[in-house]
Amino acid sequence: MKVEFHLNGELVGAEVEPRTTLADCIRNDFQQTGTHLACEHGVCGACTVLVNGEAVRSCLLLAVQVQGDRVVTVEGLSGDELTPLQAAFRKHHALQCGFCTPGFITTAHALLSHEPEADEERIRDVLSGNLCRCSGYVPIVDAVLEARDAYRKSGDK
Amino acid sequence: MKPPVFEYASPATVAEAVRLLAARGGNAKVIAGGQSLMPMLNFRLAAPELLVDLKHLKDLGGIHIDDAGVRLGAKVRWCDIEADQRLQSAHPLLCEAIKSVAHYQIRNRGTVGGSLAHADPSAEMPGVAVTCEARMTIVGPAGTRSETADAFFTGPLQTSLEPDEILTEVALPPWPHARRWAFLEFARRKGDFAMAGVALYYDLDEAGQIANVHVGAIGIADRPVRLAEVEVALNGQRLDDRLIATAAKVARDSVDPPTDIHAPGAYRRALVATLLGRGLKKSAARGV
Repeated sequence: MKVEFHLNGELVGAEVEPRTTLADCIRNDFQQTGTHLACEHGVCGACTVLVNGEAVRSCLLLAVQVQGDRVVTVEGLSGDELTPLQAAFRKHHALQCGFCTPGFITTAHALLSHEPEADEERIRDVLSGNLCRCSGYVPIVDAVLEARDAYRKSGDK
Repeated sequence: MKPPVFEYASPATVAEAVRLLAARGGNAKVIAGGQSLMPMLNFRLAAPELLVDLKHLKDLGGIHIDDAGVRLGAKVRWCDIEADQRLQSAHPLLCEAIKSVAHYQIRNRGTVGGSLAHADPSAEMPGVAVTCEARMTIVGPAGTRSETADAFFTGPLQTSLEPDEILTEVALPPWPHARRWAFLEFARRKGDFAMAGVALYYDLDEAGQIANVHVGAIGIADRPVRLAEVEVALNGQRLDDRLIATAAKVARDSVDPPTDIHAPGAYRRALVATLLGRGLKKSAARGV
């Protein structure tokens, strides 16, 4: 089936089997391999992307289901300079192997964009859907708390 | 961990969706948020010929609140419930229960109808539906029918839905402002399916005694259940520590939960008693 959607701001199209997950489509058809796949059944959060601004698991979504939608991956959240989340993750050593990091970045970006006043409890609640096996949760929460200031200032960045 | 081969359709009307389902006999599945079905497909526990996506169906995403209660369209997502401030007073038990549903990303796509149709015995929404005596609206080739939640759930991951029927709405009866209630569940990690959970509510009569008590439980049987013997023990009584202890004992003695890889049956039985006791205490503090 033909599917067209906006990927990181660019209109893209691909011929996919209906069974192709959005995660596989992004990685295989568009070589955007920042979106990581681990559990492939909605437990680990590594594959989190934004669809129309909302954080969703791209392993639990078919590519054909995002026809016409706006998809943003971790690649779409970077620029020439480090973003506030990237800078805070680096500063707080919020990653070791880095495999889970794209999911944490996309999830935290969605949260702070919608709820720039989120407190630590809310941040922990939301990040509970992402697994980090290097045991980095405390620095990750610290990093998101620090990046929060930038979202408060910029409004809906 | 990739889904099996299937065809995909995204019809524009409920009637067309029903027709597509009927044409495949039992070999087509409805998909909405997909947060239960996609894992089943990825594990290949489900292998339908055709997926019928409800994405383009209008009118299934509404939250309606009036004197007759709360009606949730099948496509209402968990995040829609969280965002609707009216529900905090229109159905606080629903709001509390769905806080325990999975995680942030899943709540952005998972739907009320999907959870009900999937019928996991540990899931929160089916538990709320059974406890509150919800009514389901179901559309099939013969038209629209209505069914009680109690009749809807027939077993583990099993409902009375025919393969060519679609659940379109669930209606929860009205919620008096002074009603007392609680929802508690226990899971080892936040967002996991509950090992056991208890939903309860009651009204107080003029003498301050418990009336119209409803107690439901999840995770302890092959479907969500009402704890009828506990309700009998509570109705007409005044809530105090002694009654709470009695109710917990009745709960412990009246349930027979299964043993599986997540927890032994005896542990679940103890959980139900503990959660019921805590829930009753919590409900007492909610008086207005």
